[in-house]
Amino acid sequence: MLKMMIVGATSAIAQETARCFAADGASFFLVARSQEKLETLKNDLIVRGANDVYCFALDLNEFERHRELVDAAIQAMNGLDSVIIAHGTLTDQRRAEEDFEYALQELNTNAISVILLLTIISNHFEEQRKGSIAVISSVAGDRGRGSNYIYGTAKAAVSTYLQGLRNRMAKAGVNVLTVKPGFVDTPMTADVKKNFLFASPEKVGKDIYEAMKNKRDILYTPWFWMGIMMMIRNIPERIFKRLNM
Amino acid sequence: MATIIKHYRSWGRFPKSTPKQVIPVQWRSELPDFNAIEGTVLPFGYGRTYGDVCLNNGGTLLDTTFLNRMLAFDEENGIVCVEAGVSLEDIVSFIVPRGWFLPVTPGTKYVSVAGAIANDVHGKNHHSAGTFGCFVTRFELVRSSGERLICSPDENTELFKATIGGLGLTGLITWAEFRLKPIPSRLIDVERIRFENLGEFYEIDDESVEDYEYTVSWVDAMATGEHLARGVYMRGRHFDPPLPSNGHLSLPEVRVPFDLPSVLLNKFTLKAMSSGFYGLNFRKESRSIEHINPYFYPLDSIKDWNKGYGTRGFLQYQFCVPDKDRKAVREISKTIANSGEGVFLTVFKRFGDLESPGMLSFPRPGITYALDFPNTPTLENLLSRLDDMVLEAGGRLYPAKDARMSARHFQAFYPNWQEFARYVDPKFSSSFWRRVTGETAC
Ligand SMILES: Cc1cc2nc3c(=O)[nH]c(=O)nc-3n(C[C@H](O)[C@H](O)[C@H](O)COP(=O)(O)OP(=O)(O)OC[C@H]3O[C@@H](n4cnc5c(N)ncnc54)[C@H](O)[C@@H]3O)c2cc1C
Ligand SMILES: NC(=O)c1ccc[n+]([C@@H]2O[C@H](COP(=O)([O-])OP(=O)(O)OC[C@H]3O[C@@H](n4cnc5c(N)ncnc54)[C@H](OP(=O)(O)O)[C@@H]3O)[C@@H](O)[C@H]2O)c1
Repeated sequence: MLKMMIVGATSAIAQETARCFAADGASFFLVARSQEKLETLKNDLIVRGANDVYCFALDLNEFERHRELVDAAIQAMNGLDSVIIAHGTLTDQRRAEEDFEYALQELNTNAISVILLLTIISNHFEEQRKGSIAVISSVAGDRGRGSNYIYGTAKAAVSTYLQGLRNRMAKAGVNVLTVKPGFVDTPMTADVKKNFLFASPEKVGKDIYEAMKNKRDILYTPWFWMGIMMMIRNIPERIFKRLNM
Repeated sequence: MATIIKHYRSWGRFPKSTPKQVIPVQWRSELPDFNAIEGTVLPFGYGRTYGDVCLNNGGTLLDTTFLNRMLAFDEENGIVCVEAGVSLEDIVSFIVPRGWFLPVTPGTKYVSVAGAIANDVHGKNHHSAGTFGCFVTRFELVRSSGERLICSPDENTELFKATIGGLGLTGLITWAEFRLKPIPSRLIDVERIRFENLGEFYEIDDESVEDYEYTVSWVDAMATGEHLARGVYMRGRHFDPPLPSNGHLSLPEVRVPFDLPSVLLNKFTLKAMSSGFYGLNFRKESRSIEHINPYFYPLDSIKDWNKGYGTRGFLQYQFCVPDKDRKAVREISKTIANSGEGVFLTVFKRFGDLESPGMLSFPRPGITYALDFPNTPTLENLLSRLDDMVLEAGGRLYPAKDARMSARHFQAFYPNWQEFARYVDPKFSSSFWRRVTGETAC
């Protein structure tokens, strides 16, 4: 049975993907900061059919503990086949423009912690010559916009990193999936006014599950974001800079 | 699965309401600090309530749909324990393959477990099973004081009774446990029988209620005279394989034959459709084996079919009346048929006498009508007349489907409302509650 580590397991989107794999009888190693929330998820996944579920509470910004984390996962499940990285925070752009500490923390959470963790995991997968990696980036990384470019920068870094990693890992038979959701109705966007572009976490979570099963490289979810981002990327900079986005 | 969600409107899209804020409740371990919230709060599930029971105009809504985790499933005894925002859809898709089904289900799966408790919903088996609340074994209720209470028939009994059918006013349910029922298969054995008038309805109903778990009728509420309340009686039970003796499984025959939003409705098209429904079952009797999903949730496959509702769209009106002498039912049916108002879809069903623990629970023994009226300027005349007739007959309206009954009517329909009010959390309120109790502040 599949042995899966989910980082940022308490994310609304990741929970939905986890449920799909739980119904298939997977084993899980769940990571997020709150032990209490992880226990809640553990129960849920077991009821829904998971084989084994282990929890590990960690702030991913404690980079020096990443190796311990990966070792613990491998030991607990007696192996590791698949990793989903879903943790993230929606950056308050205005604050990040003023508050240096905050901007750094946001870049760490959304980019550096992801990249460092993947460094360890990808070496392991390359060595065992199998494995599957899925990382939730964002359409926000496809083009910088005045209203959230710190978050966008972090996501762009992750997306670029994943392109390179995919290229390298392809030779080892390891699949790397970049997930680019549009707007998702999750606690992360609780304060954002909802419009017709918002998708449910169930929909996005299920899309990720299917893309992983089908060994896809890049997933825009819902699918129409591929078209939207293609248009947005193609607006000439001299026009784009004058838009309020 | 739907892409677009979350409107914080009710299903009937009336009345218009704007919450001051919406607070998502994501974790049972991280509930909002009620004292820090100004004004009143109301939990909000999937907004499948038609009127203002799930609205809190100017106040705060607590979005409970992120509380969607399962806590436990006792497969041997058929007991599930889930967070408040878990949808019946989630539960159905999980339990049916394991040989269990909901003990009671409304006509849509897109409702939360807490929403089903708060309106103490009923289904096609009310006569044989009672309401959803009859199967609830316990739940956790969080009061604005921060107190967390386990409520069950033996613990915090009064709050247990007040919360079932308590319209979200007694506090926040965070999880609930309830009993399921075992099923022999995913199929329902359905018989459809045409009846030409109310008398025939009663004949069939009398012979069906004992032996059939599920009964419901579609009625052509616009038919008059000797065809008054003609319709199609549908009775079903869980299908227990092996196949019937003729070895023949026929496919579902009746589908919901309309696409609501696009139809331009007037009295004549309505009439044609109403009798069309009826005509669909042109044979006097038919039998078919249907899957659980289309049988219980025929409307769920049509996305956003309520778009046609609203100020200028439709109005749902549901009530129940005792029918010992059957006179009230006849008089009310006549009044509707002769009113000249169009009626889109009328559902007719017998309520049984199994009592719910719910203090404010709607169902009472007798007949319930659920009518869909196109909202014409003259409709209110008919409805206020019906309000009075229902009251006189000792019946009541269903709050979950209501956006207009007067405070006077509500208080007469639910004479124990003041007793119930004692259990209402001081921080909780709804547009409905303010309307029917005559309060104004939110
Ligand atoms: C197509 C359709 C068919 C239907 N068929 C039937 C039927 O056959 N029988 C029937 O009885 N009803 C029926 N209904 C009505 C529906 O079942 C009820 O309105 C149900 O309560 C809706 O649940 P919800 O999760 O959408 O809750 P909402 O509509 O969002 O809220 C309903 C109530 O639940 C309260 N609530 C929600 N969450 C909590 C919580 N965590 N704690 C405390 N209170 C809470 C709210 O405050 C509100 O008072 C139908 C509705 C539709 C749209
Ligand atoms: N929602 C959207 O519209 C949207 C759009 C595009 C992309 N995304 C991306 O999708 C992913 C999931 O987001 P979501 O919407 O599901 O958000 P969410 O529900 O808010 O989940 C984010 C999770 O990240 C975890 N997390 C945050 N910082 C952490 C840290 N330092 N260490 C460990 N865990 C941490 C949190 O868990 P704990 O608090 O328990 O630690 C939280 O459960 C994110 O990468 C997000 O950027 C979201």
